[in-house]
Amino acid sequence: MNDVLDVALRLLVVFVVFLVLPLVVGQTEHKVMAHMQGRLGPMYAGGFHGWAQLVADGVKFAQKEDVVPEGADRRIFQLAPAVALLPYLLVVLAIPVGPGEGAVGQAVDAGIFFALAVMGVGVLGSLMAGWASANKFSLLGGLRTAAQLLAYELPMLLAAASVAMAAGTVSLTGIADAFEWWWLPWQIVGALVFFVAGLAELQRPPFDMPVADSEIIFGAYTEYTGLRFALFLLAEYAGIVVLCGLTTVLFLGGWHGPWGADGLGWVWTLLKTAVLAFVVIWLRVTYPRLREDQLQKLSWTLLVPLALAQIALTGIVKVVIS
Amino acid sequence: MPEPTVVTGTGTVVAADHFQSYSVVGLLAAVGVLFVAFAFGAGRLLRPVVPTPEKLMTYECGVDPVGDGWAHTQVRYYVYAFLYVIFAVDSIFLFPWATVFADPRYGAATLVEMFVFLGFLAVGLLYAYKKGVLTWT
Repeated sequence: MNDVLDVALRLLVVFVVFLVLPLVVGQTEHKVMAHMQGRLGPMYAGGFHGWAQLVADGVKFAQKEDVVPEGADRRIFQLAPAVALLPYLLVVLAIPVGPGEGAVGQAVDAGIFFALAVMGVGVLGSLMAGWASANKFSLLGGLRTAAQLLAYELPMLLAAASVAMAAGTVSLTGIADAFEWWWLPWQIVGALVFFVAGLAELQRPPFDMPVADSEIIFGAYTEYTGLRFALFLLAEYAGIVVLCGLTTVLFLGGWHGPWGADGLGWVWTLLKTAVLAFVVIWLRVTYPRLREDQLQKLSWTLLVPLALAQIALTGIVKVVIS
Repeated sequence: MPEPTVVTGTGTVVAADHFQSYSVVGLLAAVGVLFVAFAFGAGRLLRPVVPTPEKLMTYECGVDPVGDGWAHTQVRYYVYAFLYVIFAVDSIFLFPWATVFADPRYGAATLVEMFVFLGFLAVGLLYAYKKGVLTWT
């Protein structure tokens, strides 16, 4: 009975984290972007600095009419938001915030493999939406999403393989446990490659060509309204949380910090994740959008060779010290 | 070669753990599906349904749509797609290898293997670059 309760509690916590953290990131994005651009951002909803803006947005989305275009492939069109969103929920389950069994939704042995495989499913949602909408903008967005997939997935895998080599395990908890401070300079190239590739996966600026609003309206999501559109947005912000959490656990040592390693380790994990999420927002405000072929060029002539070099470096150092 | 580390007694325990962890993943997937179903169901009750022919028309910046939505497009990156499939399948094999390659019993053999593997990938990439396929056609 206790086991059942334990599992139920874990699932509840994971679910709440999955719903709340993306909103926190979203509200932070409103505010950080506004201040970087010399504006105030939302100030009205909820009273204090517009803290309830996203709640108000949610209420608005839920009340909006759900329009499925006549020409669309109805069933696929309606399912696409769920396919885009749910993989991130499953990854949140496997990301540890602290050492041991207690501080992770569920320790999955092949954690890093599981996380990368499941995250790969999310992109299907965008492809489904792009194809099923029967809209030229959506189709272009979907094709760009596919092109993007060919660019980011490989460097991401290679960078993750490098850190798995360093730790000698594919378990996320095991990797963060094995972390030492000198891994930071050792794996820094892999970390950068992983993070940049992750940004491309999330279709965040400067890699937002699949949704480029000034060129193709909103890409694959052009025809979506109301709740289904909101789920796509939620998927994007959940993706930010997942990417930053994974980067933290794989490359920044997760719960390791200068002090407070026992007991307060989870604060370090959340802090590092939050700083990375800030960087994601910062990059959006700073850089202009690349072209799709520029991303491919960047990936195949820079990120992939860098990731291969990182693997060579990891291999040499690891064999020498062991 | 190192001895197989899993003996029968602990092996069953490991397998049980394995299935337990993935059954929790399955449970969470079920929770997620329920959440989406609930959201869609609740949304159906909350929102208005007033379809008009104009609303259901494909969106093309306000003018009537021209031709079919599934328009003819040229996919300019199919060579990348081939490269991607080849490389990605290769790189999957890194993960199981990564967990054992530093075992001192292997000595430098795994390191040489790694350089052979990386060499193949690098030569392939260099060949693709020289052939000029790392640009959109």
